[in-house]
Amino acid sequence: MAVVRRGLAKRYRAEWRFKAMGVLAICASLLFLAMVFASIVGNGYTAFQQTHIQLEVSLDPEAFDTTALSAADYPGLVKKSLRQMFPDVSGRGDLRQLYALVSSGASYHLREMVMAKPQLVGQALPVWVPADDDVDMLIKGHFGGEASQSATRLSDAQRQWIDRLTADGKIEKRFNRIFFTTGDSREPELAGIWGAVMGSFFTLAVTLVLSFPIGVAAAVYLEEFAPQNRWTDLIEVNINNLAAVPSIVFGLLGLAVFLNFFGLPRSAPLVGGLVLTLMTLPTIIIASRAALKSVPPSIREGALGIGASKMQMVLHHVLPLALPGMLTGTIIGMARALGETAPLLMIGMVAFIVDIPGSLTDPSTVLPVQIYLWADSPERAFVERTSAAIMILLAFLIVMNAAAVYLRKKFEKRW
Amino acid sequence: MTPTTLFFLLCGLSAAAYVLGRKRAFAVGAASGGLKRLHSRPGYYGLLAALWCAIPALIVFSAWQAFDTTLITGLVVRDLPETIRSLPESQLGLAINDIRNLVAGNIVSGDIDPAMRQAADRYRGLQATSHAALAVIVLSIGAAGAFWVRQRISAQLRARNQVETVINWGLILCSTLAIFVTIGIVFSVLYESIRFFKAVPVTEFLFGLKWSPQMAIRADQVGSSGTFGAVPVFAGTALISAIAMLVAVPIGLMSAIYLSEYAGRRFRNVAKPLIEILAGIPTVVYGYFAVLTVAPFIRDNGALVGLDVSSESALAAGLVMGVMIIPFVSSLSDDVINAVPQSLRDGAYGLGATKSETIRHVVIPAALPGIVGGVLLAVSRAIGETMIVVMAAGLAANLTANPLQAVTTVTVQIVTLLVGDQEFDSPKTLAAFALGLLLFVVTLILNLIALYVVRKYREQYE
Repeated sequence: MAVVRRGLAKRYRAEWRFKAMGVLAICASLLFLAMVFASIVGNGYTAFQQTHIQLEVSLDPEAFDTTALSAADYPGLVKKSLRQMFPDVSGRGDLRQLYALVSSGASYHLREMVMAKPQLVGQALPVWVPADDDVDMLIKGHFGGEASQSATRLSDAQRQWIDRLTADGKIEKRFNRIFFTTGDSREPELAGIWGAVMGSFFTLAVTLVLSFPIGVAAAVYLEEFAPQNRWTDLIEVNINNLAAVPSIVFGLLGLAVFLNFFGLPRSAPLVGGLVLTLMTLPTIIIASRAALKSVPPSIREGALGIGASKMQMVLHHVLPLALPGMLTGTIIGMARALGETAPLLMIGMVAFIVDIPGSLTDPSTVLPVQIYLWADSPERAFVERTSAAIMILLAFLIVMNAAAVYLRKKFEKRW
Repeated sequence: MTPTTLFFLLCGLSAAAYVLGRKRAFAVGAASGGLKRLHSRPGYYGLLAALWCAIPALIVFSAWQAFDTTLITGLVVRDLPETIRSLPESQLGLAINDIRNLVAGNIVSGDIDPAMRQAADRYRGLQATSHAALAVIVLSIGAAGAFWVRQRISAQLRARNQVETVINWGLILCSTLAIFVTIGIVFSVLYESIRFFKAVPVTEFLFGLKWSPQMAIRADQVGSSGTFGAVPVFAGTALISAIAMLVAVPIGLMSAIYLSEYAGRRFRNVAKPLIEILAGIPTVVYGYFAVLTVAPFIRDNGALVGLDVSSESALAAGLVMGVMIIPFVSSLSDDVINAVPQSLRDGAYGLGATKSETIRHVVIPAALPGIVGGVLLAVSRAIGETMIVVMAAGLAANLTANPLQAVTTVTVQIVTLLVGDQEFDSPKTLAAFALGLLLFVVTLILNLIALYVVRKYREQYE
């Protein structure tokens, strides 16, 4: 007894240490989670606003040819109004710096406005146009104070003009509509995620249409019909193994088979969807089999007892009961496919694509690849846009997973 | 008629066949004294008609689609003037491409040869003929199939059994897809790898110490000879994976132990899903997190203590990869720890062991095979992980064990070699497939061992 007593304090201390290590480990993982989210949100939330500059544009009727409104010199109009706002600026170099304050997209903005409302011609009106990304960064305070003056891409003169504009109330941060409605661009202030979102949509549509029926059919066969033999074992080992093959290997397969052998178009959502189908199939098959397993044998026996054939038993009774579980697994598989990047790099979905894809064979990119591309861009303004795109992607994933949890909760049956 | 319209037309025809077959079954049933006289329910007769309409037609359709481009191209090439036909294969390929572009109405490089234009016209004509012929053949096969079934419908026709056989074969086909995918992976990777190993000996690839895959494009180019010694790449992969495992295994294992042995129900219900979120975050997000936050953090802190840390250090990539793998290790260990029978714990408590002693001396040894299996799966995932290392690790193949330097990995090399311009006869491109083959084989072995261990262990306590 005395021997035990003597060791007891030490043993309790060890016990306490061990438990503390467990708590610490959990805290560490939660801390990492918080850090990931804090870093992304902290860097990204500003991207939902974009600095705009107010210009006094006079739409001089002489500048317009009434037959071809779209051919007018809109960049010239923008430059002219900038000159009028700062009459004291002269000299080619200074003027170029002045023009650099507004985005090159300002003229497109102006053109769209005039095209939509031709009666504006002849009027002088204030127009809010997007500012250049450097101005945007300065206004949002990402360039720091005096210390990093040399590192910024804005000259002293430009800073003075911006200060004047700010004092006049002609610079304003507004909701960044461009970010949600356009495709990629080299200019950060004109770059948007809509092209990538549509690409992701088409790719996932292909994946869903192919992988759900095939996955469910495979699961039904393996769970309900397959005889226990070596062949079935081989299939099962294959499926389990495919679930753990690195995703980039599927990309190599797609490149060698779909692109080089079948000659399907590069960068197309169709090929991306095919590759992702092969990748998500194992997930869906495994989830569907679990769902089929959870249907109690009494249902099967009941159906068989009143004279249903085996196929009728499966299709009319077991499958409907297992469907919610299968859908849950499919949604989770789709969420994983949505976040997948590496195999899509292999099949060329990593190109710089400005247009919004409109069909399955248009070249396009997807959200995670867009994030990867922007992460590689040197402009400071792409940092916040990358983070914002990540926030959008995470939002999609959260919605999908929440839907899966909801489905599971709603249809979960205890037999 | 374009193939797409034809396809939808065929679907429509097949739907019509269903309706016709079903109607006919009702009629036959009424004639022979009520529906109960029929062998199957009327819907099955309809289905049978629809299947006979669609399946043979679809087989012809896809075979035609697979071969018609080759056939038409062959015919067009045969009629090309001798000057073009005698070109070497690659230039002939370019010419054919030009013809196809002409057909599609795209912009063609250079001036258009009248012979080419003629060929394009011929191509277009043949294509139109082919489409028309296909439409006629497919639709008549479909109609004939449907009509044939309709004629055969009688009270004795075992429609249900026939339909079920077809469905059954469909199910079998779907389930064998997994095998085809594996075969496809193996062959596509192996084929290109063999071509690579014809240019570069296997021994040099496996044991060479210098990796610089940039090939000289011109013969007189300096400095890029292209050496394919992959040891630095393997070493980099091993280093980053080791760092990742050093992070993931202790944290993941301790979390699993705490959650399954100590934590109360409510804490567990909150903490476990939160940790699982880490597994749901896309890897590209982790990569960006590593570049944006972790790498500068490590570099700045290294500079404070006077260490020279590369901005693409192995440490940053490994650390973030470890975070990604935590939930993987934790949930797998959680499963096996929960599978350890309570009687073992009760026995240890009965001998006066404290909770931590029970865990360390009884539960963990009992769960060890399962934990090892889980860790092996995690290692295979770390080796195959791509986006984190592509974004956060470097491209330079340094042979070093210093985690503060930049290293490169197998997956990074595959991505850099294959993204961008490719020509499939240069060892540079083929090297990516050799690396891919290696990656596939290594992860396959790890997975098989892990699955075997886990499965074997499960049987023990069941």
